[in-house]
Amino acid sequence: MELEDFVVEFADQFDETDPSEIDAETAFHDLDEWSSLIALSVMNMVEKKLGKQLNFKEMKAMVTVRQLFEYIQSK
Amino acid sequence: MNANPFSLERKTILITGAGSGIGRATALQCSAMGARLVLVSLHGDKLSRTAELIGRDDTECYPVDLSDYDRLCGLVGKLPELDGVFSNAGIVKSLLAKFSEKNDMEQIFQVNTFSHINLVQQLIAQKKLKRGASIVFTSSMSGVFAGLTGGSLYGATKAALVGYTKALALELAPRGIRVNTLHPGMIETNLTDNTALSRDVLDEDARNYPLGRYGKPEEVACAAVYLLSDATAWMTGTKLLIDGGYSVK
Repeated sequence: MELEDFVVEFADQFDETDPSEIDAETAFHDLDEWSSLIALSVMNMVEKKLGKQLNFKEMKAMVTVRQLFEYIQSK
Repeated sequence: MNANPFSLERKTILITGAGSGIGRATALQCSAMGARLVLVSLHGDKLSRTAELIGRDDTECYPVDLSDYDRLCGLVGKLPELDGVFSNAGIVKSLLAKFSEKNDMEQIFQVNTFSHINLVQQLIAQKKLKRGASIVFTSSMSGVFAGLTGGSLYGATKAALVGYTKALALELAPRGIRVNTLHPGMIETNLTDNTALSRDVLDEDARNYPLGRYGKPEEVACAAVYLLSDATAWMTGTKLLIDGGYSVK
């Protein structure tokens, strides 16, 4: 999966946030809708689409969507 | 008056998922109460460690994958007659409903529900349950007394055991065989170690329990001993909740 596809998948986990508000450089923890529920949704998406497992600690350490994507790629 | 109604002396008890967590703790507690044990786990090395901790020559160990039906049937054929069954093996999957797909459902139901039902069916069919035996299923607080985010499938597998127990208790009652479910809240086991939740998230969650912490496997083991012992000779088809008060709120 390429970064731009990952951004689309990432944005798809939100229900209220318009996808246009999210790009590779978005600091996702600052989004109004960000919550532990969305975090779990992202973790489930990563497991399903990329076959990698993340935990909350790893999610917490990431700042931007790009950083999260690169971290997943390195796992 | 029986001096110790919780004694398991002269009882032979089968415990599944005995390699770790609640299963191992229950094996140790049952042994301390005098039971002879037959232990099953998917993991042979962990099973050997449990047997080593028990330190009794008469413990039988079977490293078997209970989700393999043929191997399960073969295992039951080798078992002695039983006074108690602690059907406990299980897995946890933290998955939101929108990601809970067919293969996830099949995997978790296979381990947490179908294997338990297959085991009991074979124990009955192969006449391995003594008159007055006690069957205890490890169900959960989740799915029966409370819902946990990401636990829809897990809760469903555990609630299914409650439904199964109701009719099973009726069918086995004429032979004095009792069937009950045990419902732990979050317990500090390797299942919590393996969850996607980090330690600080778990610690924060533990504060939601009125008693201020998660449970310990040893505490669930005591509840299992209670249900396996003659102290509960007149209890069947019931749900024993052990959750630090979580579901009171």
